[in-house]
Amino acid sequence: MQNLIKNNELITDTWEILEKSSGPDALAASSTNSIMVPLNLWKLYRNEAEAYSGNIAIWLDSDEFISEIKSEIDEFSVIALNFPVFSDGRSYTTARELRQTLNYEGEIRAIGDVLRDQIFYMSRCGFDSFLLRPDQDAQACIDAFRDFQESYQSTSVNQNPLFRRR
Amino acid sequence: MYQYDKYDEQMLDDRIAQFRDQTKRYIAGKLSDAEFLPLRLQNGLYIQRLAPMLRVAIPYGMLSSQQLRKLSFIANHFDKGYGHFTTRQNIQFNWPALEDIPDILESLAEVQMHAIQTSGNCIRNTTTDQFAGAAQHEIEDSRPYCEIIRQWSSFHPEFAYLPRKFKIAVCGTEIDQAATQVHDIGIYIVKGSDGEVGFRILAGGGLGRTPIIGKVIFEYIEKKHLLTALEAILRVYNQLGRRDNKYKARIKILIKETGLEKFKALVDQEWDKLKDGALTLTDKEIKRCSSYFIAPPYLAKENNPTQLTKPLQQNALFNSWYSQNVTNHKKIGYSIVTIALKETGVAPGDVTDRQLDYLADLADEFSFGEARVTHHQNIVLADVEQEQLYNLWNKLNKKSMASMNLNLLTDIICCPGGDFCALANAKSIPIAESIQRRFNTEEILKEIGEVRINISGCMNACGHHHVANIGILGVDKKGQEFFQISLGGSSKNNASLGKILGPAFSRREIPTVMEKIFDVYLDNRVDSEEFIDTYNRLGIEPFKNSVYAKSN
Ligand code: SF4
Repeated sequence: MQNLIKNNELITDTWEILEKSSGPDALAASSTNSIMVPLNLWKLYRNEAEAYSGNIAIWLDSDEFISEIKSEIDEFSVIALNFPVFSDGRSYTTARELRQTLNYEGEIRAIGDVLRDQIFYMSRCGFDSFLLRPDQDAQACIDAFRDFQESYQSTSVNQNPLFRRR
Repeated sequence: MYQYDKYDEQMLDDRIAQFRDQTKRYIAGKLSDAEFLPLRLQNGLYIQRLAPMLRVAIPYGMLSSQQLRKLSFIANHFDKGYGHFTTRQNIQFNWPALEDIPDILESLAEVQMHAIQTSGNCIRNTTTDQFAGAAQHEIEDSRPYCEIIRQWSSFHPEFAYLPRKFKIAVCGTEIDQAATQVHDIGIYIVKGSDGEVGFRILAGGGLGRTPIIGKVIFEYIEKKHLLTALEAILRVYNQLGRRDNKYKARIKILIKETGLEKFKALVDQEWDKLKDGALTLTDKEIKRCSSYFIAPPYLAKENNPTQLTKPLQQNALFNSWYSQNVTNHKKIGYSIVTIALKETGVAPGDVTDRQLDYLADLADEFSFGEARVTHHQNIVLADVEQEQLYNLWNKLNKKSMASMNLNLLTDIICCPGGDFCALANAKSIPIAESIQRRFNTEEILKEIGEVRINISGCMNACGHHHVANIGILGVDKKGQEFFQISLGGSSKNNASLGKILGPAFSRREIPTVMEKIFDVYLDNRVDSEEFIDTYNRLGIEPFKNSVYAKSN
C-alpha cells in the first residue's frame, strides 16, 4: 500500500489506478468501488465508464492536456496528474491551469515519481494530495510543506504575488 | 542597489536550510545521485572533473564593496585563493568541498548573495548591460526590471523542472552589450508609438549547438504586462518543449519546430488567461524596485577638468588606457571605467582574493562603493569622477590591473574548458594564452584595434564563440584536440553568427592562423574600418584563401 498525504496527514488511499493500456473490461474486473481511469479510457469508453457503479476519477500523464476535458472536469472529485519521473515538470503547469485558469475545486493528486523534495512546489501549483513513491518517508514529506514560509509568485495557494502583499 | 527586506531574507534562509538538509541526506545515502542532481544544480553546485564547482549569482552584474570582500573571503577560506567571473555575470569557485557548500551559502546570505538557480533546467540569473543607469544613451535603467524578474523567477514553483536551462537578458541602452538577442528571452526597453516606455520581447535566441538569433514575440507591451507575458511564454515552453533529446530541448528548437506564427498564437492564448490578472505589475512595485536604483549623490563637476587633461597630454600610457577603458557617462564630470581582467598568463575572468579586496577598496574610494561585472569577464566602476581618473589609473597600475587591452585582440572571452570542465572537448585557456603571447606589444594591438575573440571548449558554447568576430571552438577528432575557427559573429545590436572558416587546426597552429587572418584585415582595411567591418565588406573568401593557402 502506497502512502497518501492529504491535508498534511497520512491517510489510507481508496483509489485503484488503472493502467494506461486498460480497456473497459478493467472496470468490470475491479474489486474496489473507486477507480481512477486514464484519460484515454475516458475518451474512448465514456459510456462504460459512466455506467460504472462506483466512483470514477481520471488521471492524466505528463504529455496529456487538461484542455481535452475542460468542460467535464467538475464531474470528477479527484483529478490525478502523473510524474513519470520527478524531473518532468509538465504536470506543474497542468495543475495550475486546473486550479487557476479552470477554477477546478476538487482534489488534484500527484501520482508517480512523487518525492519529498518536489512536494513544496507541487503544493504551490495546486496539488493537494500526494501519492508517495513507496520508498519515501511520510513524515519527511509532510515536513516539506513548511520548506518555505513565503513565495514571490502568484500561486494556487495565494493568487496574489508577494508584490501585491508587501 | 536592491536591498533585501524581511521577505527576501526569510526565503533565502529557508532555501539554505532546505539545501543543508538535502546535502545531509545525500551524504547519508538517502538521496540518490539522480535525485540530488537537480537539487544541487539549482543551488549552483556542479560536480566537475577535479572537484565540485560552485556558481554564485551576481544578479544583473551588480556588486557592493561589501559583497566583493565577502567573495574574497570565500575564495580565500573555502577555495584556493581565487574565483572565476563567467560570461553570464556569475562568479565560480572551482575547489570548494561538498560539505562546506551550505556554510558558503550562509556566508553569502550575510551579504544578500546566493547561488540559487545558477544552474539546472530552470530560469537562470537575469543579465543586463553593465553600464545600466550610467550609460549616455539609455531609454531607461534596466535594473529595476531585472530585479522584478529575479523575484518572479526565484523559486518559481511551476518552472523548476523545465525541459532545459532558460536564460533571460534585459537591455535598456542604445548599444546592446548584454547579447540580448542570443538569450532564451531577450527584453528590450523601448518607446512605444505613444511615447510611453514599454518592452519588446524576443524569444528563442541562443548559442550552443544550434545558434539562433531571437525572434520577436511581443513587438510592444506596456510595462505592467511584463510578468504575465513572460509567464505565458514559459508556460508554453514548459508544456511543449522537447524532453526526449537534451540537444533539442531549448526554446529555440520549440519555436523552430512549431513555427513562429503558431508559437506566437499559443503564447497569446496563454497570455489571454493571465493578462490583467493578479500577476499584472503595479505602479507601486515598479516604483519600489526603481527606488533602489536611483542615481548616487553625484557632485556638480565639469567635463574634462585639468586634473584629467593634463596627465592625458603628459602620460602616453595613461592616455592609451583612457582611450580604451573609459566610457562617457550620462552625468557631466563623471566617467565609466572598465578594468580589464585579462593579464597574459592568467585565465580570462580569474581574480584572486587580493584583487577582489582591492577592487572593493577602489569601489569605495572612486565609485560609491559599487562595482559591476560584465559578460566579457571584466569589472566596471560605473561612477568615477573625471578628476579622479588619473589617480585611479595609478592605483590600478600599482597592482598591474591597468591592462589597456579592453576590447582589443587580447581581451579574450574564454570558458573554463578542459582544465576544469568535464564536458570539454579541448582546453581553452592555453589557447587564449598562446594568442595573448603572440600579440604581445601595444603597437600591434593598437594597430589591429577593436576585435572580439571568444573561445569555447565544446559545443555548449559557454565562451559565446558564435557571436565573436573570431570564434574558436574546441572539437575532438579521434581523441585529439582541434580548434575550429569561425569569423564574422557579433553580439551587438546587429547581432550575427559567425561562419566556419574551414577544417580545424591543432593548438600549435592557432597563433599563426590568427596572424594570417589579421594580415588579410590590415592589408585590406579602408580608412578606420574595424576588423568586423572589413570582414563584412570582403566576406570570408579572402581569409579562407590566405589561411589555407599551400605554403610553397
Ligand atoms: S563551452 Fe564546453 S568546455 Fe567550455 S565551459 Fe562550457 S561546457 Fe565546459
